[in-house]
This record gives sequence, C-alpha cells and structure tokens, in this order.
Amino acid sequence: MSDPKQTSWLGDILGSVSAMAGGFSTTFKHLFRKPITEEYPEYKRPLPERSRARIILTRDPDGDERCVACYLCSAACPVSCISMQSTEREDGRRYAAWFRINFGRCIYCGLCEEACPTSAIQLTPDFENCRRDILTMVFEKEDLLVDHGGKDKTYNFYRYAGVVSGKGGKGEHVKEKKAVDVKTNLP
Amino acid sequence: MIAWLVGFIVLIVKIAVVLGTLLFIAAYLVWVERKLLGRLQVRLGPNRAGKFGLLQPIADSLKMLTKEDIVPEAVDRTIFLLAPAVVALTALLMFAVVPFGEDITLGGRPIPLVISDINVALLFIFAMSSLGVYGVALGGWASNSKYSLLGGIRGAAQMISYELSIGLSLVPVVMLAGSFSLVDIVAAQARYPYVLVQPVSFIIFFISAMAESKRIPFDLPEAENELGAGFHTEYSGMRFGLFFIGEYVHIQVLGALLAVFFLGGWHGPYLPGPVWLLIKMMAVALVMIWIRGTLPRLRYDQLMAFGWKILVPAALINIVITGAFVLI
Amino acid sequence: MTLYSILFYILAAVILASTAMAITRRDMVHAVIYLVVSFFGSALLFYLLGAPLLAALEIIIYAGAIMVLFLFIVMMIRIRPSAGRLLSRVQLLPAIVMSGLYVVVGAFMVTGDTAGRGDFQPAVAAPETLGQYVFQQHWVTVEIASLLLLVALVGAMIIGGKSPPESHPPVEEKS
Ligand code: SF4
Ligand code: SF4
Repeated sequence: MSDPKQTSWLGDILGSVSAMAGGFSTTFKHLFRKPITEEYPEYKRPLPERSRARIILTRDPDGDERCVACYLCSAACPVSCISMQSTEREDGRRYAAWFRINFGRCIYCGLCEEACPTSAIQLTPDFENCRRDILTMVFEKEDLLVDHGGKDKTYNFYRYAGVVSGKGGKGEHVKEKKAVDVKTNLP
Repeated sequence: MIAWLVGFIVLIVKIAVVLGTLLFIAAYLVWVERKLLGRLQVRLGPNRAGKFGLLQPIADSLKMLTKEDIVPEAVDRTIFLLAPAVVALTALLMFAVVPFGEDITLGGRPIPLVISDINVALLFIFAMSSLGVYGVALGGWASNSKYSLLGGIRGAAQMISYELSIGLSLVPVVMLAGSFSLVDIVAAQARYPYVLVQPVSFIIFFISAMAESKRIPFDLPEAENELGAGFHTEYSGMRFGLFFIGEYVHIQVLGALLAVFFLGGWHGPYLPGPVWLLIKMMAVALVMIWIRGTLPRLRYDQLMAFGWKILVPAALINIVITGAFVLI
Repeated sequence: MTLYSILFYILAAVILASTAMAITRRDMVHAVIYLVVSFFGSALLFYLLGAPLLAALEIIIYAGAIMVLFLFIVMMIRIRPSAGRLLSRVQLLPAIVMSGLYVVVGAFMVTGDTAGRGDFQPAVAAPETLGQYVFQQHWVTVEIASLLLLVALVGAMIIGGKSPPESHPPVEEKS
C-alpha cells in the first residue's frame, strides 16, 4: 500500500536534496568560468550615446552658439543648479552673457535637455567628472561650451523659429507657411 | 621552581603562536572568502591591493584601526563597549583545548601540542560558545536601535536552539571515545576517523555549528537586507572589527572541532600533525564558503523548525542507536 | 594562606558583590548580567574545588542557557525601570527575617564543622567518577527529576499549543 502522505514526505526530502545538489553544482561550475567583471579604470565600457552625465552647451551647424538664454532649462531643473544672464546681440539674437551649472548639485536627470528648445544644453556620457574640491564643480560658460553640435548635428533653432533673424524673415523658415496678412482677413 | 618557570614560558609561547596563527588566518580567510565568493558568482573578487589583492587584509585592518570608533548617544555605554570583546574572546578561547599535534620533545621534556588538556574540554567549548551568545544579544540590546535589538534577539534564540543539537550530536562521539578530553578523542581516532561511523552526527554537528557561527544560510541575526546589519548595525571601527574577527575565528574553530571530533584531528599520513589540522580546517572553511555562495538565507520559522523538529530528534535517535551499538 | 585560599576568597567576594548588584539593579538587563557574573564566579569556585564537570555544567546550563532565556524575555518585553522604591516594606520584612536566619544557620555550620578549618586542599574529581556516583547511587533522584522536567515540558506544550483566543486584549500604547 502506498500511503500518499508517506511518499510525498519522502519525495519532499529527495526533491530538496536534488535541488540543493543542483545549486551546489552550479556554483561549483562557476568556479571555472571566466569572470564577467569589467575592470573599470583599465577597461572603460563604451556607454550609450544618450547616457546622462557631464553637461555641454553645443553649437549649431553654422558655428553659432545655440543657447538663446530662454531660462527654460533653469526653470526645469529640479535642483536649481543652472543660472545665467541673458543679453541680446545688435541683430536682436539673444544669448547668455554668462551661463553657470553647479555640478555639485546637478543630479543628471536630463530635464534641462528635455526643456531646451534649441538643443543647446545636452548631457554627455562622460561621467568621470569628480573633484576633491566641491567648489571646482561649478562650471562656467567657457567650460561648458563645445565646438560641435552634440547629438543633434543639423538642428538650427532659428531656421525653424518664426522670428525675424539673420536666418530669414517671417514665414520664410522651414515648415512655415507664408505669413498671413491679418488685415486681409478682416470681415 | 625552574621547571615551573620553563613550563610557564613554554605555555606563553604556545599561546602566542596559536593566537598569532589564528588571527593571521582569520585575516586571510576574509581574503580567501571574498576571492572565492567572487569566483563562485563569476566575479573577480578583490584584486587591487597588491598582487591578486593579497594585501587586502592589511589594508582592511588599517582601515578598521584608523576609523573613528563611534558610540551613539543613547546606547548603554559599558555593555556596548564590551560586547564585541565577548564575541572575539570566546571564539579565541575555544582554541585553548584543541590539540594540534603529537607531543614533541624539546630538551628532554615532552611538550604536548595543546594549550590546555582539561578533562572536560568538550564542555568547556560548549561553555564558551554559550557565553558567546551574550556578545551578540547584549551588543544588539545595548545599541538601543530596533534593528540591532531584533538581531540580538534572533541571535540569542538561534544560538540557544542550535547549541542543543550540537551538544546532542557530540554525545555519540563521547560515547565512542569514552572521554570529554579532545586529546583523548583525537587519540581514539588514530585508526579511522569518526565520520565513517557517525555520518549522521557529523552532518548534524556541521549544520548546527554553522548556525552557531551565524554563517549564511543561518545569518538571520545580521540579515543585511532586513535588519541593516543586525546586532552590529551601530558598531564602527575596531569594535566592528572585533565582531568580524570573532566570526572568522569562529569559522576556524568550527573547522578545528569538526576535524577533532570527526575527521581524526591532527592524524594523517606523511605530514606533521599541525599541518594536517590546518589542511582539515581550511577544507571545512572552503566548504563553508561554497555553501555561502550557494544557499539563500532561511526564514526565521524555517530555522526554528529545522533546529527543533529535525536536528534535535535526529540527534536523539542517533544517540539511542549508538548507545545500543556500544552496549553490544 | 595558600594561593588557592586567596583565589577562593577573591572569588567569593566577587560572587557576593555581583549577586548584591544583581538584586539591586533597576535595569533588568543589568541585573541579568550581574547574575551571569555571579554564576561565572560559582563555576570558577567549583573548578577551584576540583569539580571541573560541575563548573562546565554551571556555565553551560545556568549562564549559557537559563540566563540567556531570561535575557531574551527581558529584551523582548522591554520593561522600563520602575522609579519607585526598590523594595517595598512588604518585601523587605521577609527578606530580612530570612537572611537573618540564614546568617545564624551559616554561623552554626561554620563553627560546628571542624573539617572546614585548615588550609584549602585542591582535589580533582574526574567526570567519570561524578557520573558513576550520580547514576549509581542516586539514580532514583535523577529519574524523578527527569520525570518532573518531562511533565513540565508536556505542560508547556499544551499551554503553548492552545490556539489563541479570538479577541486580543487591547495593546497598551505608551509613549
Ligand atoms: S540634469 Fe537635471 S539637475 Fe542637472 S542641470 Fe539638468 S535639469 Fe538640472
Ligand atoms: S540652454 Fe536651452 S533651455 Fe537653457 S537657456 Fe539656453 S536655450 Fe534656453
């Protein structure tokens, strides 16, 4: 007679013993496998282009700095670590007189990049940006500004913007309809 | 008087050698454990300080020694300061009765290779391990933090429960050897180690001793992910280091006891006694590291049920069977 | 005075002092610790008197198991040290009477027994001797004691195994 309780009790023991044996053999086999560790300072794993670390200010394809000092990034920043002062050139083009990011406070969330209408502010994969003195973590515009377009090589804000600028008058921008003369629309 | 003085000096030298070896091995056991655990988990383990990370223990101890010894505001100061010492001390003291080789003769007088051969050595070991509970329980209580208290309570309950099965698992060994003295027990295993005749005792002792030393499948008192670090959450610097030393000395004690009770102690072919004991200790330590790399932590009720409902009855049955065999 | 008698008196003083501390502490955990020290002292005393087996058992059972259980309970229930008088008058009177009685009886015993005088002679009783003595001369006592423990065990299991009542008493919240 097979007592169901009896057999399950024995089966339990056999089952757990074989499960344990499986675990032990797995770890034992691991002993002879090549470790998957990447040794960091000697080998630096190439990070995805969009990983978020040190911030740069990019330039448009014509070599002009992209930032128009609109303060959107500064407003979006959850830790308020971006500050700047806006001014205008003679042709009415806005730019930042100074631009400062305090990396001691930045949490690398990327919200500034999301907020920026001109693709000026961008995060780069360069995470090796630690200092012993926290005050040297404050980056000025000269430290931030780079000579390339970052992730978005071709974008030029003023080619799309509906304002009169060196890139075109009203209605002459990319994807822009001819301006409507509102006077002709009147009833 | 001269004989007494010589004996005293020999004793001091023996103690110094044993303590030095124990602490040195404890430091390198940490290295071995981290290295081996790394390989078991397909990692590398420490490899920065020195070649293969061999200087890691030195770096670690320097770090521990130079760290600030923080005593939190609300602790029970005296107990808090003393608890780690209790853990390390009881672990070290257990080695006083472990024989590690044949008598050697030096200048015409035999020198037994054991610090103290008392006739209740086995009970002395139990006494020390049951006093070690106080270090854990009081350290947890004195820290005045909830995690530590929980760790301390768990430690006390766990260690008391498994002490019982340790004790019961050794009764057959004592029956076979007819003595509490570890020297006699080792001598009785000159022909064959007791693991061959007492495999059940061996397994029960191994499991319960592992629970006693709070190693991984049984590390509930320090369970990192539920209690912070359990009873030593609030400790820092060298006091934490003492807990750490206690744990690693405890591993060696466990290895030595397993060797003495079941694996024939220092008996072995070709090599001298102390070397054999060391080899056996290290083998046990390696198996324990392997276990740590494989098994998850038990749940608290599983731990208690396992101790009281499986190990203790199994040990009792084993005693009865052995008794019957000894009588026949 | 030999070295042994000096050790004896030191140990006796330690035991007395720690026991006194144990019964006067307000913090239960401290009381438990002093009691453990006292047991430890008694164990050493046993060892000194040539009974290593008793010494070891004293530590394992009293200091190692029973006091740990005490400690366990004290830690679990977290009693706050009471602020009132340590011993109320109702407790004090029987305590004084009993200790007075004890001192008188003790004095009679010390003066009456001449064997206790003279220098202390260490002797050693092997575990075998003690075991044979207990289990051959006093096996009935041992059996009765173990029967008592068995009854206690069964009783504890019956009490502990009872399913808890449905309505829990309200938990007192104190801050
Ligand atoms: S990444 Fe986030 S925290 Fe850093 S500057 Fe941009 S918005 Fe601020
Ligand atoms: S970086 Fe972008 S969002 Fe920030 S001020 Fe300049 S243009 Fe505006």
